[in-house]
Amino acid sequence: MAVLSPRAEAGRSAAGRRRGDGGPAGRRRVAGWGFITPFLVVFALVFLAPIAYSIYLSLFRDQLIGGNHFVGLDNYTQAFQDHAFWSGLSRVGLFLVVQVPIMLGIALLVALALDSGRLYGRDFFRISIFLPYAVPAVVATLMWGFMYGKRFGLVASVNQHLHTSLPDPLSPSWVLASIGNIVTWEFVGYNMLIFYAALRVIPESLYEAAEIDGAGQWRIIAAIKLPAIRGALVIATIFSIIGSFQLFNEPSILKSLAPNAITTYFTPNLYTYSLSFSGQQHNYAATVAIVMGVVTMIVAYVVQLRGMRKEA
Amino acid sequence: MTNKALRRWAPAVALLAAGTLGLTACGSSGGSGSGSGSGGSDADAVQSALTKGGDITVWAWEPTLKQVVADFQTKYPKVHVKLVNAGTGNDQYTALQNAVQAGKGVPDVAQIEYYALSQFALGKSVTDLSSYGAKGLAKTYSPGPWNSVNVNGGVYGLPMDSGPMALFYNKKVFDKYKLPVPTTWDQYLDDARKLHQADPKAYITSDTGDAGMTTSLIWQAGGKPYKVDGTKVSVDFAGDAGTASYTKVWQQLVSEHLLSPVPGWSDQWYKGLGDGTIATLATGAWMPANFSSGVKDASGDWRVAPLPQWQSGQSASAENGGSSLAVMQASGNKALAYAFLQYANQGAGVQTRVKGGAFPATTADLNSQAFLDTPFPYFGGQQANKIFSESAKNVLPGWSYLPYQVYANSVFNDTVGKAYVSSTSLTDGLKAWQDQSVSYGKQQGFSVG
Repeated sequence: MAVLSPRAEAGRSAAGRRRGDGGPAGRRRVAGWGFITPFLVVFALVFLAPIAYSIYLSLFRDQLIGGNHFVGLDNYTQAFQDHAFWSGLSRVGLFLVVQVPIMLGIALLVALALDSGRLYGRDFFRISIFLPYAVPAVVATLMWGFMYGKRFGLVASVNQHLHTSLPDPLSPSWVLASIGNIVTWEFVGYNMLIFYAALRVIPESLYEAAEIDGAGQWRIIAAIKLPAIRGALVIATIFSIIGSFQLFNEPSILKSLAPNAITTYFTPNLYTYSLSFSGQQHNYAATVAIVMGVVTMIVAYVVQLRGMRKEA
Repeated sequence: MTNKALRRWAPAVALLAAGTLGLTACGSSGGSGSGSGSGGSDADAVQSALTKGGDITVWAWEPTLKQVVADFQTKYPKVHVKLVNAGTGNDQYTALQNAVQAGKGVPDVAQIEYYALSQFALGKSVTDLSSYGAKGLAKTYSPGPWNSVNVNGGVYGLPMDSGPMALFYNKKVFDKYKLPVPTTWDQYLDDARKLHQADPKAYITSDTGDAGMTTSLIWQAGGKPYKVDGTKVSVDFAGDAGTASYTKVWQQLVSEHLLSPVPGWSDQWYKGLGDGTIATLATGAWMPANFSSGVKDASGDWRVAPLPQWQSGQSASAENGGSSLAVMQASGNKALAYAFLQYANQGAGVQTRVKGGAFPATTADLNSQAFLDTPFPYFGGQQANKIFSESAKNVLPGWSYLPYQVYANSVFNDTVGKAYVSSTSLTDGLKAWQDQSVSYGKQQGFSVG
């Protein structure tokens, strides 16, 4: 509430001025537009125009026979009945529910461990856990793809030397978990850094006070550290949700190694890509992309609302 | 002053010129000469493009083109050809469609397989070469490939090679396990079992679901699942007898895990071809060039045999792959691009490519004794062209691909691929593929029965 009041104050005083005299305020308003126009132009070109163009595209259908014609909301009706789209969406939904908590849990654990100050070689750990984030996703996936290889990869070597029979990480039932593993490896360091930065700004005096009151480390974590970094947790969760819904690089690269396990509609993004470039169904691809964007926005917004309500 | 005068006079001059043009056009439209007239001028443009020079970009994965490009540049020093390998098959088409859609980075010339050419022609991404004189080349090329580059009355590419099928087999492996070279697919299945039993790491072949190979084998079995008549299309795997012969044998290979699960053209695949863990390969006659460039270590191990038969005593064959070179619609220098096509696929380039192990589509080269007698050092000196030429003659007539085969092949692994990794049968997989091909065809405005 305290955050809102200055803005409300400003609004009131502006209204007051507007009531005062019309002349100079009008001139001021024109001057204001002058300042804001360059931004608006860039904003419209870079953000609004592509979205508007996608929506425009989604209302047409371009056929090999018969050419391009207006079809209204037909593409949307098709998307809502499209088995391939829903299976991709539920796959990333599952991915979101399982992989994101694991990844954020590990990241939080590592951040707390680094912050505890009891770790020897803290800087080394911090940099080495962050390092995978600096590896491009394409390279990371290729690297893991080779390790997953059941014939020549790491899995093959483990099976050979330990006489185990690990399941094939690239089989249809395991491939989503394998992708989850790659993504976790890539992004634990990134999330850890967000949490760690948030933890560093908590005033030391709170810890001292807690210690005087006789609180143990677990108590300090539960009562001070976690509530203090809730904002960072919400932000990291929202980023991860968006990341999950946009899953593309990893499945798209692994597809060449596991062509039958990863379908062309494995994730909604991969589906849009296949529609557009194998089937030349650009209009339908735009439709799927818009539906997917709306779904992502809704889910991210709900999570944000929930996160913020707890805070209040 | 001069500027002003020019401005005043320019419209008049333009008008005059237009008038003259109109007159000549009227004059020549009396006969059927107008078409050949413009063809002649375009053909002249091709010659002058060569002497004038310029830069063109070629997207192709065919390995023998490297030498052709080098020779072409030596012969026409003012021409610069940038040869780019943008991926094999579908990968390249995806990149190509990306570029066409973006309207940027489109090459001047692209290698396009026969099965894919009609889709690019329907989408108007490639140029009709009739005006450059390509219409008159019917006698130059063997009928199969020539039919494939003729789409809806236009010529959309020049045939580069053809792919009558044969069985490539690793003789070293066959000798080691005393396996007979299969003459029927039943015998092939038998060999597959014996080989895998003798060495659990060795497989008769690798297959992770390859649309091109599956359709070719169905073709060889006498199947005709696709029927195309203009915009009328029908797809029927379920009731097709050839398909049934194929699935009967292939289902056993899949169910008994007798196929190496290594995707074609991957590093592991080349490795497998080299070390004997992939013992045979049923594919097109364009393969030798890939063998000698990609599997150098196994030189001398491999031999070529006629394709095994679905019914003993027959000698049926089919085409697998084979590509054309096409001029892209977005090319900025079509005349020069066509000049390159002529050189590579009709002129001196053909001999260069044949020497490199490619299999030509030009009748003159196919029938020449020198070609038939050529020994292949890679295949232990075998005169493999005799087998390929025989196969070319035995290709079953009447097969056609869908006019949107690129799309259909892209969803092959979504549907038929399931049979390779789960309990779904090949028959059910093919049915699912059929359904998806039908619904896509309908969406694209074809009348699909």
